[in-house]
Amino acid sequence: MTKQNNYITSNKSSWCPGCSNFSIRAALIRAFSELNLKPHEISMVFDIGCAGNSCVLYNVYGFHGLHGRTVPLAVGAKLANNKLTVIGIAGDGGAYGEGLNHLVEAARSDYNITLIVSNNKLYSLTTGQASPTSERGTKTKSTPEGVNKTGLNPLLIALSAGAGFVARGYADEVEHLSGIFKKAINHKGFSLIDVLQPCITLDKKNTREWYQQRIYQLDDKWPVEDRNKAIIKVQEWGDKIPIGIFF
Amino acid sequence: MKQRKTFTWKIGGEAGQGQQVAGLILGRTCLSSNLFSFIYSEYPSRLRGGLVTNQVSISSEPVDAISKKIDFLFALSQPALDSCKKDLNNNALVFYDSNKVKEIDKSLKKIKFIPLSLRDLAKENNINAFMLNSLILGISSVLFDFDIKLLKGEIRGFLGENNKSEDLIKSNERAIQIGYEYACKKLNLKSLFDIKSKLKSSKRIILTGNEAVAQGSVFSKCGFYSAYPMTPASSILHILAKQAKKNKMVVNHSEDEIAAINMAIGASWAGKRSMTGTSGGGFALMSEGLNLSAMSEAPLVIVNSQRPGPATGMATWTEQGDLQYLAKVGYGDFPRIILAPADAEESFYFTVLAFNLADIYQMPVFLLLDKYISESHKVISDFNLKNLKINRGKILTQEQLSKIKDYKRYSFSKDGVSPRSLPGQKNGIFLANGNEHDEYGFSIDGFSSDLRKKQMEKRHAKLNNISKDLPKPKLFGPSNTSLTLVGWGSVKGPVLEAMKELNNVNYIHIPAPFPLDKNSLLELLKNTKKTIVIENNYKGQLADLMQEVLPLRFKQRFNKYNGQQFFPEEIIELVKKEF
Repeated sequence: MTKQNNYITSNKSSWCPGCSNFSIRAALIRAFSELNLKPHEISMVFDIGCAGNSCVLYNVYGFHGLHGRTVPLAVGAKLANNKLTVIGIAGDGGAYGEGLNHLVEAARSDYNITLIVSNNKLYSLTTGQASPTSERGTKTKSTPEGVNKTGLNPLLIALSAGAGFVARGYADEVEHLSGIFKKAINHKGFSLIDVLQPCITLDKKNTREWYQQRIYQLDDKWPVEDRNKAIIKVQEWGDKIPIGIFF
Repeated sequence: MKQRKTFTWKIGGEAGQGQQVAGLILGRTCLSSNLFSFIYSEYPSRLRGGLVTNQVSISSEPVDAISKKIDFLFALSQPALDSCKKDLNNNALVFYDSNKVKEIDKSLKKIKFIPLSLRDLAKENNINAFMLNSLILGISSVLFDFDIKLLKGEIRGFLGENNKSEDLIKSNERAIQIGYEYACKKLNLKSLFDIKSKLKSSKRIILTGNEAVAQGSVFSKCGFYSAYPMTPASSILHILAKQAKKNKMVVNHSEDEIAAINMAIGASWAGKRSMTGTSGGGFALMSEGLNLSAMSEAPLVIVNSQRPGPATGMATWTEQGDLQYLAKVGYGDFPRIILAPADAEESFYFTVLAFNLADIYQMPVFLLLDKYISESHKVISDFNLKNLKINRGKILTQEQLSKIKDYKRYSFSKDGVSPRSLPGQKNGIFLANGNEHDEYGFSIDGFSSDLRKKQMEKRHAKLNNISKDLPKPKLFGPSNTSLTLVGWGSVKGPVLEAMKELNNVNYIHIPAPFPLDKNSLLELLKNTKKTIVIENNYKGQLADLMQEVLPLRFKQRFNKYNGQQFFPEEIIELVKKEF
């Protein structure tokens, strides 16, 4: 097993103290370590935004690309060298807004990459505008009267486009999340992990407490081979929010 | 006045009548008859109907351009005849489909009009309606005194390449035979022109600019091509997709041009030589990715085959309207190279060069073609591969990397080019970065005047050495003339073709319009008396670029921007006016 320290650099993070992105990173390097991947065999592609800023923190081959273009950049690398383990890191703005077309294409093409999305339902690095996953009514700097659109359900989109591995995690459930990452990396095909990641600085509604009261893990018997059941389950949202591998 | 011995055959009709195939077979028969040909097609953006023409200029000497004046016309529809009428040579022969063409211009006295009832001829001989073009080929073979066996061999070869059945091949050969006999016996046609070949051995080939780019990329061991279809670049995608397995090239029809260029950059980072291709409108979407290629110093070849813009413009026509755009597009300053091949031959060699330059300088390199180059077929000498080398620039081997203690991907090297490692290699981990970065590739956090300045200077330092590796501006024709023409890209062919009839004029061709080789240009221009810059665009984009870097003004310009390339006849007319 490769030590977790081997996957991180000595660089300082630009995240707010206590940011839940730290938990996502912890879960990922734990997965790397448990899968015993060599750092030089991992290629990570990073989007623009808070999530993508972790590019300086990983001691692996990395590419900090353009906003929304993580998926095609990662796909190009994987198609060029099939031996690489290719992982995309993006936020909800890049993956579901600027780059949604690429997500749909990757899902239907079933390219063998893993896409991890820090979904905080906000554009945080640009100081808090609405994102495609912001819920109707959410008041932000760009929507002072409240968002008057339906919030996207990225898992539903991925499932309908044919993605072979669709999961939701919660940032602070590190062990659970790490388990999802391991399975996603081993999955031969496109995998999307939407990680609920409360923005502790800007989001006063979807806080850590809010999520902790609602999330629950899918049980071991969940039928991961049933796409139709997954399509219904990923829409469960409100008092109870399921996390785990839906499909 | 010198004489050109070139004859031009043209066929016009609706889309779907097989004009393109007829022209191609005729041009290929020229090759097998040891003649030279140049084939060009004009067509609307539709699959059926409209007016589609195909034109072949034929000679016993190399043909550098399609001529405007027609010697033999096959008009399969009224619009075909109406649109070609003004371009007929004085003693032209016009064959028209008497079932479709009802109005003949009687004022064209010297021109001989020959009615053909193709429908009846086909019916009598039990020939399928979609083989009328083979009947026409049979008739045409008499005009050029082609060996009918060679013609049949070409149709067999073409249909075979396209996986057609033996039955279909035989039926087409029969149609050619019937057309041939009809022309000899019923029309009493004879070969009217002496264009017998003086050549024997054939080390020549016929191909389009796009085919040449595809072949050049295969020769260069390009490992990745991603594109979104757009005329006139699409056929590169088609050709490479068809041969992908054989060439071990990943060929991807991506969801859009944004993805196409980002995928190509990702593949380049992962170590493959990679290329993407489009036309101006598609490149507009790629311009974002161009910046990433430049900032991350990922080698990349981008083919842009121009068509008239702006916006959707004229999808199936030609122009040289994207030069300034490619030279300047980008936010922030960064270097790039533009190579502009003039024909199929240069398209091959420049593609090989483009891959080498991209690797040597770790920067984006454009191959700037246009619809005329991309889609015209030209008989050229077979490629000379002997002196061609693949140069992948500074890529570190595992052995070299293992010896490096503190590897820095973006180290401040003197020539601006730092050695690359590739994902998967041990001891070479780095961050490729679209953000401004330090020598390791880590994003600069906060303000760091020194690092930013040094990285900008490093990237631009590559330009100091670049001109020695770019194809030099070249003078064609006599050295001392009272008039000098200047041009780039597809202007070269029509000008060289025109110069076969002209005295006292020479031509400076610029094969690498960006960055311009100032010293070489000044050297060539210093002896000129009068210059005219010829460009297939409205403003004179090369002339403006030259004025930016040379202490000269280019006031006299000859521009064409109607969607067609220049014809040799137009250049001849221009020069005559000057004397």
